[in-house]
Amino acid sequence: MRAFIGIDLGSTTTKAVVLDENMDVLGRGITNSRANYDTACKVAKYEALLAARFTLLQRGLASVVAAESRLEDFLGSLERSFRLGQFVEQLDDLEETCLDKAKGDRFKGREAAIAEAIRLIFVALRADAPALFARDARRKSDFFRDLAGSRFMAVGQETAKAANLSYDMLLNLYDKAIIEVENRPPSGEIKDKLLRALARLIDVSPELADLVAEVSDPVRAALDIPAEEVAVVGTGYGRVTLPFSKEHIRSEILCHGLGAHMMYPGTRTVLDIGGQDTKAIQVDDQGIVENFQMNDRCAAGCGRYLGYIADEMNMGVHELGPLAMQATRSVRINSTCTVFAGAELRDRLALGEKREDIIAGLHRAIILRAMSIISRSGGVRDQFTFTGGVAKNEAAVKELRQLIIANYGDVVININPDSIYTGALGAAAFARRAVAN
Amino acid sequence: MTPPAAVIKDTSMLKQKEMISGNYRKLETAVADGRKVAATFVPGNLNELIMCFDMLNNLPEINAIQNGLRKKTGAYIMEAEKRGHSEDVCTYVKADLGMIAKGNIGPDGQKLPDPDLLLLSYTGCFTFMKWFELLREHYKCETAMLHVPYQGDGRISKNMISYVVKQLREEVIPKLERVSGVKFDIDRLRENLARSARAEEDFVWVLESAKARPSPIDAYFGGVYYIGPIFTAFRGTEDATLYYRLLRAEIAERLAAGQGPVTPAGDMPAERYRLVVEGPPNWTSFRDFWKMFYEDGAVVVASTYTKVGGLYDQGFRHDPDHPLESLAEYCLGCYTNRNLPSRVDLIEQYMEEYQADGLLINSIKSCNSFSAGQLLVLREIERRTGKPGAFIESDLVDPRYFSPANIKNRLESYFQMIDQRRGGGKSVPARAA
Repeated sequence: MRAFIGIDLGSTTTKAVVLDENMDVLGRGITNSRANYDTACKVAKYEALLAARFTLLQRGLASVVAAESRLEDFLGSLERSFRLGQFVEQLDDLEETCLDKAKGDRFKGREAAIAEAIRLIFVALRADAPALFARDARRKSDFFRDLAGSRFMAVGQETAKAANLSYDMLLNLYDKAIIEVENRPPSGEIKDKLLRALARLIDVSPELADLVAEVSDPVRAALDIPAEEVAVVGTGYGRVTLPFSKEHIRSEILCHGLGAHMMYPGTRTVLDIGGQDTKAIQVDDQGIVENFQMNDRCAAGCGRYLGYIADEMNMGVHELGPLAMQATRSVRINSTCTVFAGAELRDRLALGEKREDIIAGLHRAIILRAMSIISRSGGVRDQFTFTGGVAKNEAAVKELRQLIIANYGDVVININPDSIYTGALGAAAFARRAVAN
Repeated sequence: MTPPAAVIKDTSMLKQKEMISGNYRKLETAVADGRKVAATFVPGNLNELIMCFDMLNNLPEINAIQNGLRKKTGAYIMEAEKRGHSEDVCTYVKADLGMIAKGNIGPDGQKLPDPDLLLLSYTGCFTFMKWFELLREHYKCETAMLHVPYQGDGRISKNMISYVVKQLREEVIPKLERVSGVKFDIDRLRENLARSARAEEDFVWVLESAKARPSPIDAYFGGVYYIGPIFTAFRGTEDATLYYRLLRAEIAERLAAGQGPVTPAGDMPAERYRLVVEGPPNWTSFRDFWKMFYEDGAVVVASTYTKVGGLYDQGFRHDPDHPLESLAEYCLGCYTNRNLPSRVDLIEQYMEEYQADGLLINSIKSCNSFSAGQLLVLREIERRTGKPGAFIESDLVDPRYFSPANIKNRLESYFQMIDQRRGGGKSVPARAA
């Protein structure tokens, strides 16, 4: 497997895409950017290479396992088993790190009680783990920090109370430990971990035993294909921190333009709303950037704006879109400043406006900002492709559709479910091209 | 790139430095020396005329720029804002008012004299008028205003010239005589203008050297130094004539040796991008801003900012045979007095004559009158030349409005975009993703 890798280091998440020589996507990986781009880069790449390995498995097993649904079921089970194994490994690391943080004079006389409390918490966390990765389990996030953190808080409170320890102190240990743990990139070979996951699969799902025996050889064959990282290109805000030479770094403008073109070759205008910037890009029929505009001086109207509003509302950022979709009307929010929008929000709530109507208004406000940036870049040309984290928000998409149609008429609007990977895809294409040239 | 240890300054640079500090020294001792002082602006400045009355020339814009380069303007602007000037007001104005409020200590640390005359010789920037209104209120001194008609239809008519000449004769010169106590001598003006024309000839030669590949100069970051004497208190002096002779000789040497421009980090090794730039530079982060260009091999081959004090490269010369008429023509012809269509024509001409790869606009946040329409300029140039354009925003001397990460990101994207376009748009197979 000759792998061409693109990595997009965004302000919120870091994404990686692995392409093969034919420019087909083998795998994608995503992680939170933390404050450490180096680790984020390693984790995203690891995830993308893991996904690539699954693609190889799928290709290798397609002829062995004739029924597609059976193959997908098997690969899904294998991945869940792998994720569970990885999650438990990180829990072990987190427990050990928490214990390590509980040393010193500050804890004198309470060491045993603290150690026991931590042990109990992690026993509970490990017991909960299989349910998190069970078939059809719904997780609010796939990032270790979010999964482990929410369970730690839930279990920690009771445990602290029973042990007569301060919950804040336990939480403080967790906070210190999680930073270290999430900044340790995954260790060990993907191949070995997958083989262990395969072995566990039989324990968890004995009904798959026959199938596992049947695919054992082709699985090994697919895992034995060596992965050669031919070229890596980085993009995004953190790109300068990458240990790459300058020719292996591309601006995210170029990467988004090319990535959107690869997803939809008819693309002429791209709108990307990411964590801290909004980009409007005009591309030609080859995906080459002709013009671009970005938000300047102010990040109101970007992903972080929604994050801020979610915090103000005591909600998760992913809950905003669905809530706004329940609106019966849209409350007018005039502010172009994130912080002022928070003030307007509280004002409207006090006036008795419905939450969903206010949130719908906020979605309209950010899309209005984006429309202005699009105008500056030269307007919307057919086809229009919307990318970035905010493209996953259905309420934002709804407002955008309305405004595009009202201002530019009947234009094809493309939104790819994997649009968050657009920049990384473009970067991977640049990696492939660099080698071709 | 040679190490920055190579701070051996060119003779011309040392000469200019000496000229600038010499002028500040004269300003410091003006009261003791019994010299009268005029304050005036860069576009349309009447230096040759002011010299006829033995007056010194103090330019508030230049003080703001010099303070910006010395990172003093942030505090001055805050001081002006404290005194009620809004955040959106031109930051040259606020830097000047703040400096005055804090004791009027000039960029080189000495007190500047109160002006005896506020000479508003160009009205294309309406803010200039408001600026001097505030200064008049403060100094309670004489004010002379020369109304310069805007080139609304892109040309200078005979009527416009005679209108300006009439004001020079009837309003400006009598006031200069009254304030200075010196009688106007038109022959003295002719001599000054003859020296100006000689300097202008060499200056244009230097600007046009950028047509060569590689360009021996950076016509924006280097250009702002080259315009120094001719745009300010030295046009018409022997010093300025000598400065441009020295500069021309230095650039001729670089040209003959096939060298690129000098940068703060030494000689620029390879010219990768040739740009035309519209709009003034940011002064408070001037070095950082410049670095973003030369590090990537970007050279500015022509800029409109170096034309705000006169469009000499379009053939205009101060003319000793028609002294007042040529001063009028000079005021009318500044870049800032041109309408949008003629600005577009000029930029298009630069794009072609200087074989530029693209147009970059640095739009100034606190200058609404000049920034208005710049996006349209960009579009039109892209349409006419087929070359890519880019748009960044910063400010003149307000350090709060220079965001290095954002600007660098846009510039890098722009340079890579030029590369990509040069690649002739190699097709990328678009497989299902």
